[in-house]
Amino acid sequence: MAVYKQTYKAYAGPLTATWPRFLILTRYSYSRLFKSRLLVIFLVVCLFYPVACAAFIYLSHNAKFLAMLGIPAGQLLSIDSRFFYYYCVVQGAMTYLLTALVGPTLISPDLVNGALPLYLCRPFSRLQYIAGKLSALLALLSLITWVPAVILFLIESSVTGWDWGAENLWMACGLLLGLAVWIVVVALIALALSAWVKWKIAAGALVLGVFFAGAGFGSAIDSVLRTRNGALIDLTQVIHTVQADLLRFDAGTEITPTSAWIVLAITAALSLALLVRRLRAFEVVR
Amino acid sequence: MHTHAVTQPESDPVIDLLGLTVRLGKREILSDLKISLSGRAVGLLGPNGAGKSTLIQTLLGFCSVAGGTARVLGRDISRQRHQVRSLVGYMPENDALIANMTAVSFVRMMGELSGLPASAALERAHEVLFYVGLGEARYRTLGTYSLGMKQLAKLAQAIVHGPRLLILDEPSNGLDPPARQRMIRLIRDMKDSGHMHILLCSHLLRDVEETCDQVLILKKGRIVHYANLQEERSSERRFVEVETFGNDTGLAEDLQHVGCECTVLSPGRLRMTVPAAFELKEIYRLAAGRNLQLRRLNFRRDTLEEIFLKAMQD
Repeated sequence: MAVYKQTYKAYAGPLTATWPRFLILTRYSYSRLFKSRLLVIFLVVCLFYPVACAAFIYLSHNAKFLAMLGIPAGQLLSIDSRFFYYYCVVQGAMTYLLTALVGPTLISPDLVNGALPLYLCRPFSRLQYIAGKLSALLALLSLITWVPAVILFLIESSVTGWDWGAENLWMACGLLLGLAVWIVVVALIALALSAWVKWKIAAGALVLGVFFAGAGFGSAIDSVLRTRNGALIDLTQVIHTVQADLLRFDAGTEITPTSAWIVLAITAALSLALLVRRLRAFEVVR
Repeated sequence: MHTHAVTQPESDPVIDLLGLTVRLGKREILSDLKISLSGRAVGLLGPNGAGKSTLIQTLLGFCSVAGGTARVLGRDISRQRHQVRSLVGYMPENDALIANMTAVSFVRMMGELSGLPASAALERAHEVLFYVGLGEARYRTLGTYSLGMKQLAKLAQAIVHGPRLLILDEPSNGLDPPARQRMIRLIRDMKDSGHMHILLCSHLLRDVEETCDQVLILKKGRIVHYANLQEERSSERRFVEVETFGNDTGLAEDLQHVGCECTVLSPGRLRMTVPAAFELKEIYRLAAGRNLQLRRLNFRRDTLEEIFLKAMQD
């Protein structure tokens, strides 16, 4: 139907498959997100450290460069689990800053504008809605966490020798799992908080607050009750424990890896439950 | 995998309520609703709290069913929710737009979520925005739209995928008279296109009267009246209202004997339905026989307002 023929005509063409429709939300989320210059600049800043690490790995194996600086080979920081653990710490911090910036902009506008009934009156479920928004955030966080980590591992393998890569494959797996778990937990927390606190700025502040306040409350509990269990509500310490355990590195954290895994599982489940509870087409006033 | 848009045989009921009961918390909002609606446009009326919005939300699968069930275009709302939603377009009452999106990208996204391929959704988005009258404003963000334009944008997103049933919840809310006229014209045009059925929920009886063939009136979660306006409009029956002066006892019985369906509205006021071949001079003859003066004789039928008020009194 040509646009100038202003009569109603039904659609009789083909329809797409149902399950991948959540990716439509991801696509539209990106087109809105990348209109923000602040986000683009921050994303570039988040990649500074991985680029610096890549440069370091390459140059530390460059004999000419080391000779020029007068540094004997092997004197520089070795590329091992310690190196990757600190990569996780730095990029982990960038992760929750980026999450605080992006997370609340994904769901809050839909809730503020009452747009959920428009999504959910279509052949599109709440889980697909969550999957679409979560995918947008996870893909963005992957770009600054595990994707550069895997690239760093491959660079080190290529310059040291593929035998090193084969021997340390467990390290790549640990790196991948540790960072993937972290971004999933952080993304779920951000979406859950932004679903409950509809105001974007407040939701962003709350995301940051969860991590900083957790550390503060944890220390306070430890001091008052003279225990070490306060660290369990400090999510930063919890994830560092898990990542250190996966990288077989002693980070000197106060909690056991098992309890850290349990805390992460509970946090993710709680966030998902809050999210599913909040995302409804309408609110029932009882 | 690609499927095609589903078509529905015209003879099937559009909405079949089969003892539908809905509870929200401990309150029973809809109680044992039973009716089959097959009109091209059905009006849903009722006072605040009658359960109109809950009925719409239940048909869309937003509320769980406590008893009975309902079928929309032959699909069960509980067991075939996904199929029902594929066939339905919904224009909600409240503001439900994403403020920082342009109209064309918003409508396109909604089309894609309904299953249209990206290119077809873009084409349809342009078409329906022109159709509802937002063609010139389609690249503006929705946040800059006036209330009337927002209503039209909500209508555009509801029809972008070519639904078989369009559910409109208070479509003319907050519109000025020209904008309301435009909305009514669009609804009538869509109804007359023959491609879709319409379920219109409105407080404005005039809107329903101007657009709908059938009317369902709810009160306290129950059906209190059903009227087929189309049948009434197309019937050859004539509606006559007379005012008399004097003792009119027995006149109603006399009129019924000559084939009129008669109702005494008040002393001295009668309303009757007269058969097609009935001659009005018969009324004068019967009145003269009882020594009554006829002060007034009007041709008229029950307005929707009268039907509604009567249903509310029952």
